[in-house]
Amino acid sequence: MAKRNSLSKKPQYKRFIPLYLMLLPGVIYLFINNYIPMAGIIIAFKHVNFNKGIFASPWAGFSNFEYLFKTQEAWVITRNTLLYNVAFIVLGTILSIAVAIVLSEITSTFWKKTYQTIILLPYLISMVVVSYLVFAFLSTDSGFINHSILQPLGFSGISWYTESKYWPAILIIVYIWKTLGYNCIIYYATIVGIDGGYYEAAIIDGANRWQQVIHITLPSLKPTIITLTLLSIGKIFYSDFGLFYQVPMDSGPLYDATNTIDTYVYRGLIKLNDVGMSSAAGVYQSLVGFILVFIANKIITKFSAENALF
Amino acid sequence: MVGEKKTFQVVANIIMFLLLIICLFPFILLVTSSLTEESTLIRDGYALIPKKWSLGSYTYMLGQGDKIVRAYGITILVTFVGTVASMLLTILMAYPLSRKDLPFRNAFAFYVFFTMLFNGGLVPTYIMWTRYLGIKNTIWALIIPSLLLNAFYIIMMRTYFSMNIPDAVIEAARIDGAGEFRILFGIVLPMSLPMIATLGLLVGLGYWNDWKNGLYYITETELFSVQNMLNNMLQDVRFLASGGAGGNASEIAANMPSVGIKMAIAVVGALPVMVIYPFFQQYFVKGITIGAVKG
Repeated sequence: MAKRNSLSKKPQYKRFIPLYLMLLPGVIYLFINNYIPMAGIIIAFKHVNFNKGIFASPWAGFSNFEYLFKTQEAWVITRNTLLYNVAFIVLGTILSIAVAIVLSEITSTFWKKTYQTIILLPYLISMVVVSYLVFAFLSTDSGFINHSILQPLGFSGISWYTESKYWPAILIIVYIWKTLGYNCIIYYATIVGIDGGYYEAAIIDGANRWQQVIHITLPSLKPTIITLTLLSIGKIFYSDFGLFYQVPMDSGPLYDATNTIDTYVYRGLIKLNDVGMSSAAGVYQSLVGFILVFIANKIITKFSAENALF
Repeated sequence: MVGEKKTFQVVANIIMFLLLIICLFPFILLVTSSLTEESTLIRDGYALIPKKWSLGSYTYMLGQGDKIVRAYGITILVTFVGTVASMLLTILMAYPLSRKDLPFRNAFAFYVFFTMLFNGGLVPTYIMWTRYLGIKNTIWALIIPSLLLNAFYIIMMRTYFSMNIPDAVIEAARIDGAGEFRILFGIVLPMSLPMIATLGLLVGLGYWNDWKNGLYYITETELFSVQNMLNNMLQDVRFLASGGAGGNASEIAANMPSVGIKMAIAVVGALPVMVIYPFFQQYFVKGITIGAVKG
């Protein structure tokens, strides 16, 4: 019996060979592009000497991390990364839900489609182009704000790219401008999916628009809000490199307000060629990021299992 | 009641219309700046309605020819090759993972999925591609690292296959003697065109807009894509903006592409996406709504 089973199983596996062949290119690519760099985090624990090769380089223990966390920057980049993300999550969520609700109330199909199309536009252009748009506003000599708003009002122009105090607000505005449409579309899709019967019943009961939003729309959005927020919290240790590097034009005087873990790692590696420090910061990000994704997902599983990542 | 409804519509439309202007305004400013005569631009700055219109930036750009056309060609080539290769890899990986009868299916799915949870970060990735795989300053640097295969898109594609292709269809094809590759390309793919279009657009947009690979791995200007060219010009501006130039500022200003041309190139870099997008709007919206909440 056992023998016949194993015999009948053999051709079974053979049958799947074409499917495994299909998997092969992707498996190889992910191995190179994703898994080898994961093993590469040992760089952070080495005094890398490329002549000897990474594996033969002497061990550094935790000294790279010690140096990193002794610097003022370690605190600044952690603070900036976390605070910006918190601001993005809170403001982004509130605004995109508000806009999604307003959009869902529009009755004209033409305008609804037009609004939907246009508010997604900023999401589709690259951060490099966005930094040109921002430059057109903020350029000291020829920017729209200095030239067309401040000067006509009698104020003197502001040197935007050297004054860090304005940048938290600027970056939050740019981020919201770019991503609002994207988040709004997601919430809008959920609102459209709400059973119209609830609203009809509410109208019969004499509920006004505001009451309908509070008692029907918002509760229906709750699972989406929780899921998206938790997903964002899972990514709270990461930042959009383009937003923090390109948009402030890598301007030195602004670092205090614009340096995040991602820009720090990039500058350390490419500009300063400090492999030890930047890899330590990278591992710090990867590990804390991993723990946060894990926790966020655990919580999602509790709230709505079907939205969990794993 | 009817009155209330009408006021409500008016208010809602006003809010959305203001938002629409906020979204469009920077683009309009960009376009008008690129159409402003150079001396007006220097005197009045980037203005919404220029005192003197001019196509100068665009004719100059066309006259400059080579560099810009070349960058454009590279962007188109990279976007095309990258998107085709990426879709092929994604489909080839997603289909077996959608087959419930495949042994070790979950192990492979986890192998894909884990790349979304953990990553080695920029430093090891950069060192691997440049020191060991020699990708620096080759066209491959714009196509292969990080963009070629996205775990998230594999999962979206797999979910689509397993939800929309009945097992019976595959079973029937196999009984008729079709091999797995025939089944995938002859039966499953034609049934999945909407999803392929959606993902293809997202992948293509990713390639068109990518500047990171160029920033990390390309230093030779001949290999610059449009985005990298824009990025490079920004660095000249950056130098001036942060006051780093000191006394040489005017000298550098004289040598760098003029104020209007920068905006013209930015327009040219963003325009194709903005022109194509409205026609495929529904696909983008679908891609976003499927992707965001559940892969």
